[in-house]
Amino acid sequence: MCLGIPVKIMKISDSLAVVEIGGVKRQASLALVEDVRVGDYVILHAGFAIQKVDEDDARESLRLLEEIGICDI
Amino acid sequence: MRYIDEFCDPGLAKRLVESINRLSDKEIVLMEVCGTHTMAIFKHGIKKLLAPSIRLVSGPGCPVCVTAAQDIDVARWISRQKDVIFTTFGDMIRVPGGASSLERQKGQEGADIRVVYSILDALDIARNNPTKRVVFFGIGFETTAPSIASGIQLASKQGLDNFFVYSCHKLIPPAMKALLESGEVKIDGFICPGHVSTIIGAKPYEFIAEQYHIPCVITGFEPLDILQAILMLVKARESGQVGVEIQYTRAVKHEGNVVAQRILAEVFEPIDAVWRGIGVIPDSGLKIRQEYSRFDALLQFEMPEMSDKSDLSNLSDCICGLILRGIAIPTDCPLFKTVCNTENPVGACMVSLEGTCAAYYKYSP
Ligand code: SF4
Repeated sequence: MCLGIPVKIMKISDSLAVVEIGGVKRQASLALVEDVRVGDYVILHAGFAIQKVDEDDARESLRLLEEIGICDI
Repeated sequence: MRYIDEFCDPGLAKRLVESINRLSDKEIVLMEVCGTHTMAIFKHGIKKLLAPSIRLVSGPGCPVCVTAAQDIDVARWISRQKDVIFTTFGDMIRVPGGASSLERQKGQEGADIRVVYSILDALDIARNNPTKRVVFFGIGFETTAPSIASGIQLASKQGLDNFFVYSCHKLIPPAMKALLESGEVKIDGFICPGHVSTIIGAKPYEFIAEQYHIPCVITGFEPLDILQAILMLVKARESGQVGVEIQYTRAVKHEGNVVAQRILAEVFEPIDAVWRGIGVIPDSGLKIRQEYSRFDALLQFEMPEMSDKSDLSNLSDCICGLILRGIAIPTDCPLFKTVCNTENPVGACMVSLEGTCAAYYKYSP
């Protein structure tokens, strides 16, 4: 039930967005997030965007993951 | 970037597993609090990859599983009242109460019970049915509760006077505290829920590191996320540097989602709550505040005294309660696979998609 999935924002009007999940379009409320734009990814849960997904942090995580593997071996 | 496939890379996963297994010589018990983690761990076969010294135990983090039987009975009672449309998330509908489930209610007494994906759908139903009283069953942890709060604020703004919420929300940190206080289960590290933490941030777990000296890692849901969190916990145990770390940085900020926290606090206040199989945990539930009390289903309906206020879920041989507390596993239950399965669930842990019994049933041989 706490399932949240990263979805891309396709359109915004007021505090409602159209998002895309695996090719299917859906509405999502933006009432709980600030500063999101078309093209951003958000975590969608029960019809609400609950957080913007941070691309820089994602890249940094992947870089660290690569490092863990290499340094420890 | 799509934020899923990148965190499933099998090559990186293999290296992570090797790093973890090389470091783990002592037994270490890690609890994944969240049901979505339980599911992901089974789905990706993570337990099988890890050295036997690393034990993963499931905790109470499935909102459907921990909803007390008497709360389901109240929901069933509300759904039977005149001119009521009762709306609920899908998982809740099959969970057994003391006597029956919402699903059976729907079949038998003609109650109008509708499954919705979001509280926004329930608001639409209220708008389209002005002569009915539309009640939404508020289930969920901190992840879900802000959206319910936002829905209530929207109803207030739009002057919807036929919409009500029966709030049975639960809060995760008080439950973790209750588990630790019970002393029933030995825990060396917590895999903390990613999306609960998206809302609440890292701070609410700090007491666990400070008072109980148990490391916490806030974790995402893809295989690399979970493996990295396990590695971080193993390392924290090794080094003795115990704190709250965020692995799931792409979706969790240290301070959490401040907007959602504000909306949550405007609408709800903490209250003691009964957890299925666990009992009353202080300040672990959410009650609708005075300012929004006209949306509180508990005040709208004159509820009769329910016959038994105790947690009825212990009536059968179902051991969900022990499983939710991390002291038993589904295969300890005499009903597991014999009587109880995902088609015919006896207890809540088998009903919910994120229930531990359902995860064992679906993914173990
Ligand atoms: S297997 Fe079924 S009866 Fe046994 S604990 Fe799990 S849900 Fe309850």
